[in-house]
Amino acid sequence: MTGTTDRLPRLLALVPYLLARPGIAITEAAADFDVTPAELRRDLELLWVCGLPGHGPGDLIDLSFEGDTVTVTYDAGMTRPLRLNADEALAMVVALRTLAEVPGLGGRDAVERALAKIESAAGDLASAADAVAVRVEAQGEVLALVQRALDTVRAVRLTYYTATRDESSRRDVDPMRLLLVEGRSYLEGWCRTAEGVRLFRLDRIDAVELLDEPSRPPAGATERDLSAGLYQPAPEHLLVSLRLTPAARWIVDYYPCEQVSERPDGDTDVRLRVADPRWMRQLVLRLGGAARILSPGWLAEQVRFDAEEALKTYLG
Amino acid sequence: MSSRRAERLVNLVLCLLSTRQYLTAGRIRAAVPGYEPDEGTVKSDEAFKRMFERDKAELRELGIPLETGRNSVFDVEDGYRIARRDYELPAIDLTPDEAAAVGLATRLWQSAGMAQASRGALRKLRAAGLDVDPSAAMSVEPRIKVTEAGFHPCLDAVRTRRAVRFPYRSAQARVPEDREVEPWGVVSWRGRWYLVGHDRIRAAVRCFRLSRMAGPVRVVGPRDAVTVPDGVDLTGIVAGIVVPEPRGVARIQVRPGCAAGLRRRATVVSSAEDHDVVEIGYADPEYLARWVAGYGANAIVLEPAEVREPVVRWLRRSTAHPPDGEDA
Repeated sequence: MTGTTDRLPRLLALVPYLLARPGIAITEAAADFDVTPAELRRDLELLWVCGLPGHGPGDLIDLSFEGDTVTVTYDAGMTRPLRLNADEALAMVVALRTLAEVPGLGGRDAVERALAKIESAAGDLASAADAVAVRVEAQGEVLALVQRALDTVRAVRLTYYTATRDESSRRDVDPMRLLLVEGRSYLEGWCRTAEGVRLFRLDRIDAVELLDEPSRPPAGATERDLSAGLYQPAPEHLLVSLRLTPAARWIVDYYPCEQVSERPDGDTDVRLRVADPRWMRQLVLRLGGAARILSPGWLAEQVRFDAEEALKTYLG
Repeated sequence: MSSRRAERLVNLVLCLLSTRQYLTAGRIRAAVPGYEPDEGTVKSDEAFKRMFERDKAELRELGIPLETGRNSVFDVEDGYRIARRDYELPAIDLTPDEAAAVGLATRLWQSAGMAQASRGALRKLRAAGLDVDPSAAMSVEPRIKVTEAGFHPCLDAVRTRRAVRFPYRSAQARVPEDREVEPWGVVSWRGRWYLVGHDRIRAAVRCFRLSRMAGPVRVVGPRDAVTVPDGVDLTGIVAGIVVPEPRGVARIQVRPGCAAGLRRRATVVSSAEDHDVVEIGYADPEYLARWVAGYGANAIVLEPAEVREPVVRWLRRSTAHPPDGEDA
């Protein structure tokens, strides 16, 4: 939010915050409030001239500065923070309820205790959180094994199904972390086969075997930044143009499309990048005419050939 | 917000928190610095009223419980106060592991609006003296992502119990159609957001994918016009529509080493040199048919007909050439 609307809630929280932490370093307080030390000093200067009606010397909020630290010596009655508002209560309660459901999360008990306390502090507003429900997937057995590998720092051998290539393979992996992204659980780890950091969707892991050797991702293996989403299409991938009838429009929701344009007849033209043309052939065949490849022409031709071959078998 | 206004609002909150009596606007004007006229100008009563109205709105916007009332029957106008009990966050004490869970919860949302609400909550909990560290490491890194524009309007409608209208692109419709829904809740299922509620036009319970809403979500009718049925299971409704129960078993002939995706959900019942026969359960014959059609000659449905026939139909369509002169 912009500084204009965010300043008042910050000012109201600042006095009780400081009251609970006498002699706190200004830099530390600034970090907790996501502002620069200079901004925090401006807030403190402002609070210093606020106080109770009368506004005599004994009515004003009083602060004492010592070196780079600050202590509240008179709070003018502002001893506690404001209650959570409806959005804050909802954000916290839904997030904690989601955490309580996340499989494999250590300390579920702590999550549930924290949830009960936050719900109680939020009062009536907590029930407003019933408006939102987040359901996460549980992959019980695979998850328990992966969790154990992480806890005991052991490498694993996975039987893994790669949907984009439609193949199952065995891979030795040094597990790094478990993630829950967009409702699905993933293992991130160093894949020794591919020699790179990979994400393995738990519902595509068909078997996990704990190996008798430690998990040792190489020094250069770093966790992927997922803020831009899970799928990051590469420019060297094949660019395919498709025309989708409404029956195939779900493609737009499921796969990252580079360009989407609605046509006046209700069809939709999209462009998307694919790592493996075989996956696209399979997708278009599945759609049975509801999606047509506009380009490249050779790929459209392959789909027709695939369909003709299959029909020969069906029709004898 | 100007420093001048911020200062006035802090003083206003301190003033109203410190009084048990309702204070009239006139008394507040005299007691709180910042309402007096600027240097060299005469601030009219009208200007004060406007300022005071804006300030009250700002406080209520933040969730500050501003009470209005009169101290006695002899008072001729309403006054204002803030009840400390309603203003203050109740006492809350978290053990270190609970604080770690709260810290993790504050970074769950990947949505500008909810992430900001999480930060607001974190700030208040810290101001209550709690040490909540949102960077505590956890073995699981959950995220709740919201990108759909309809999320906040739907949520607001659920909370205020108002019906909504929005253009919706259903799976089969050529053009978006207007829907009018009494919203019961917003559900995330398998990473996708749905609005669940009573569809007034179809007179039935429906789920709507937020990503298929093709335009703005508008509220219709008054507040509190929607009744959510007692004990309704929102995720159950979405799950029931998304994952139906299996109803049959299909036999499929698969070439060796092919159709790995199909095989991992199927059981091999017989093997020959050039093919295996597998069995697979299905809930929706057309869904299975589409899946198998994708494998072309590598997977051939033997039975039943309700799966085999659509495959043949779709393969025929896939052999069609594009209309002449188009997109050559």
